[in-house]
Amino acid sequence: MTNLTHLTLAEALKGLENKDFTSVEITQAHLDAIEGMRHLNAYITETPEIALEQAKASDERRAKGQAGLLDGAPVGIKDLYCTKGVQSAACSNILRGFKPEYESTVTQNLFDEGAVMLGKLNMDEFAMGSANTTSAFGNVISPWKRKDGSNADLTPGGSSGGSAAAVAARMALAATGTDTGGSIRQPAAFTGICGIKPTYGRCSRWGIVAFSSSLDQAGSFGRTVEDSALMLQAMAGFDPKDSTSANREVPDFRAASLNTSVKGLKIGIPKEYRAPGMPEEVEQIWQQGIDWLRSEGAEIIDVSLPHTKYALPAYYIIAPAECSSNLARYDGVRYGLREEGEDLIESYEQTRAKGFGDEVKRRVMIGTYVLSAGYYDAYYIKAQKVRRLILNDFLSAYEQCDALLTPTAPSAAFAIGENEDDPIKMYLNDVFTVPASLAGLPGMSVPAGLNADGLPLGLQIIGRQWDEEMVLRVGATLEKAANFKAIPEMVESKLAA
Amino acid sequence: MAQLVKGQTGDWEIVIGMEVHAQVTANSKLFSGASAEFGAAPNSQVSMVDAAMPGMLPVLNEHCVYQAVRTGLGLNSAINKTSVFERKNYFYPDLPQGYQISQYLHPVVGEGKIEIDLPDGTTKEIGITRLHLEQDAGKSLHDQHPTKSYVDLNRSGCALMEIVSEPDIRGPDEAAAYLSKLRMILRYLGTCDGNMEEGSMRADVNISVRKPGGELGTRAEIKNVNSVKAVQQAIDFEVQRQIEILEGGGTVVQETRLWDPGKMETRSMRSKEEAHDYRYFPDPDLLPLVLTQDYIDNVANDLPELPDQKKHRFMEEYGLSLYDASVLIAEQQRAEYFETVTDGRDAKIAANWVINELLGLLNKNGKDLSGSPISAAQLGGLIDLIADNTISGKIAKDVFAEMFETSKDAPAIVEEKGLKQVTDTGEIEKVIDAVLDANPDNVAAYKGGKDKLFGFFVGQVMKETGGKANPAMVNEILKKKLT
Repeated sequence: MTNLTHLTLAEALKGLENKDFTSVEITQAHLDAIEGMRHLNAYITETPEIALEQAKASDERRAKGQAGLLDGAPVGIKDLYCTKGVQSAACSNILRGFKPEYESTVTQNLFDEGAVMLGKLNMDEFAMGSANTTSAFGNVISPWKRKDGSNADLTPGGSSGGSAAAVAARMALAATGTDTGGSIRQPAAFTGICGIKPTYGRCSRWGIVAFSSSLDQAGSFGRTVEDSALMLQAMAGFDPKDSTSANREVPDFRAASLNTSVKGLKIGIPKEYRAPGMPEEVEQIWQQGIDWLRSEGAEIIDVSLPHTKYALPAYYIIAPAECSSNLARYDGVRYGLREEGEDLIESYEQTRAKGFGDEVKRRVMIGTYVLSAGYYDAYYIKAQKVRRLILNDFLSAYEQCDALLTPTAPSAAFAIGENEDDPIKMYLNDVFTVPASLAGLPGMSVPAGLNADGLPLGLQIIGRQWDEEMVLRVGATLEKAANFKAIPEMVESKLAA
Repeated sequence: MAQLVKGQTGDWEIVIGMEVHAQVTANSKLFSGASAEFGAAPNSQVSMVDAAMPGMLPVLNEHCVYQAVRTGLGLNSAINKTSVFERKNYFYPDLPQGYQISQYLHPVVGEGKIEIDLPDGTTKEIGITRLHLEQDAGKSLHDQHPTKSYVDLNRSGCALMEIVSEPDIRGPDEAAAYLSKLRMILRYLGTCDGNMEEGSMRADVNISVRKPGGELGTRAEIKNVNSVKAVQQAIDFEVQRQIEILEGGGTVVQETRLWDPGKMETRSMRSKEEAHDYRYFPDPDLLPLVLTQDYIDNVANDLPELPDQKKHRFMEEYGLSLYDASVLIAEQQRAEYFETVTDGRDAKIAANWVINELLGLLNKNGKDLSGSPISAAQLGGLIDLIADNTISGKIAKDVFAEMFETSKDAPAIVEEKGLKQVTDTGEIEKVIDAVLDANPDNVAAYKGGKDKLFGFFVGQVMKETGGKANPAMVNEILKKKLT
């Protein structure tokens, strides 16, 4: 039997359908893989009992011919999603041990389609970070190593670092993520897999611990464009419990992901993303992507998104502002950590001082500051105006083109500990992903090649609002052209063994 | 009828604006499906949203919006087609989210006005600045444990309407009249039960004083004023306090003060400097509330006749005085009762019976109209007996008292007790003759010019007939016999 953990999600579903193996078998294979890769710290909670129970139930459904879209497929769930009866801590000490009485809409949608949950995946605390180093449960180590022999542990990116590492290291067929400013796309690029953030409003936010409500959006990781499409298909849909979720039909994402024709499409290349100081390798992979699409018949058009340089500063006002308010509920009164103080104020202060990590505190303070009387107009309102201008940039670009192609991140994965002393440098990781987040647009990262160190580089496709199909189609075309087959060496050696 | 207050340096004018929090009558909360009913066991009506569990999201209760728009229309106010829910951020254990969802820059209802009825029989218009929807907080219980406070979240997330008036109110009487009229309108609309004891209507009073017509003074906001009477008392106290400060050469501090009904005084809660920075910003979990003209028109078509419309109609249609009309429209049920009584009958007589007799007696017995032993139809039946001379007005009061005791119909009581008026001329003549025969001295005196003795004869006749003789006929026959 082939190693079941190395199948794509689509292949695995086919195998289950053909009765080549059972869900229990492929689930067990993944549970074993998780055990073998535990040092990566991708999962903070493993749920083998739940997984095997779900797998068994799935096999019974299949036997009765009642299989759902993802029936029997073992996947990982980012810890930001509330899962009933299973610790959902958002990787924060303030929620350590918190077991919700409810299931997030997106995970429920996945279970309704038969998905099997392997466990909860590590992430930056409250999804605030770009290297998965702010987690209260320890950082995640990427399965990738530089070829220079240094053996330094690299970051899988963040905030969905556990999800990306798990899918890259074959510890899950696919995984959920969330993306607020790049938290799916950047880790996908760093770990050589696909990650899609759909249009804001495509997936329900109900039951996902809020970081920045106007930006947070659920999305998926898969090792192929088709796999990410399949996952997203099951996750997406209108939810009356989320007032910002869109009441519109979910298109056939899988069909879109199988369409590798870009003939006649117009692909925009935003000149503002050609930032000075960008590494040569990133520049080259971008050019490679442009050439691939052109040779597939797409028309390449230079476009301008003039307000791009204001995106990051605006993002780092809006997201902290919302987070400062969203995180106010963690006060030690009703659930989670409580540190008793002499009086109420002291209890609040000590609970939050002990429960939140440095990056969360930094953002809560920034957010509180920018919303304060006297600063609100200069910061928050200004940032909202910038946000509108950034959306307008995209809207006028889409008058000329069907999708945009950019690098996903300004570099390949960096070593754990790098950039840690300089928050601004860390924030710059999101420079190419944040604008689409601010505009609420769908974006996807597809692995395009390896750099000189043997580390993956990703390309980002940004589409029109609600046009994930275009994003997937262009992504599938790039995937086919890139023919990215690289597997982290530690995973390959496990396979050989 | 501005009430000027005399100080040592001359007259002072009182300037008052009010913020009234009215709990919206609705089955469930503003952003969750939990029950909004009053009086349940602590924390038994709390959804995951109300408890601010991680990942929970608010969903706007459409009925609460309907109630707010209905109230806005009832306050003759502009309805804003786009309004925005914002977060008001502060920490308190009875505020689970760490913020209250409220409306700030863009409320659902804009400017309007209501008419208030003053004790001197005049009316006055008070401007409404705005009405917005917001969440109520939970309740902190500080007296359940020696060192800890308990929190009851049943009220957390219930819908409130904050109704803000213009600073058009000029004294305690006007403030009381404003609050009463507002409560009346809300009750007519069925958008708030107006029950101040249960806290479903609470008032904050902004008070300042100035020299008549001068620049506005610095105001103090008085909180915890929970009855119409308390509003009047708090204003009286606060006005004196401010005048004393100003006349002593001091300045009034802009601050929030608490009314202490036990000590009958206001005291400082927090100054402007200590005021919270609420860091309002639009709630990113909620889209702006957008209403169409069609929707607003539909709500308008559902409006009942409002107190002031009814009052003016009663004055025009029934010829009632402003006072009588005001009393009758004070409650919808009272107005309905009156309209049933007066149907086909003289309106002034009907109003008189309802206001002076029935409401008086109910009040004396500590009952309200819904507990009245006499139905509107029964009271109408009594009035009919007077109108057709079956009984006199005087006898009618006895019958009325009997009806109040027994809930029997007026004709039955009249029949049973033989109270029917004697209108038989022969019978009355017989009694008169007997009275005249028995009092020859008085007859002589009357004829000698002592006109006043006429009353004596009438009294004697009524006494003999047990009050049942028709007074007009007695007068007529007596006059004839005595000339």
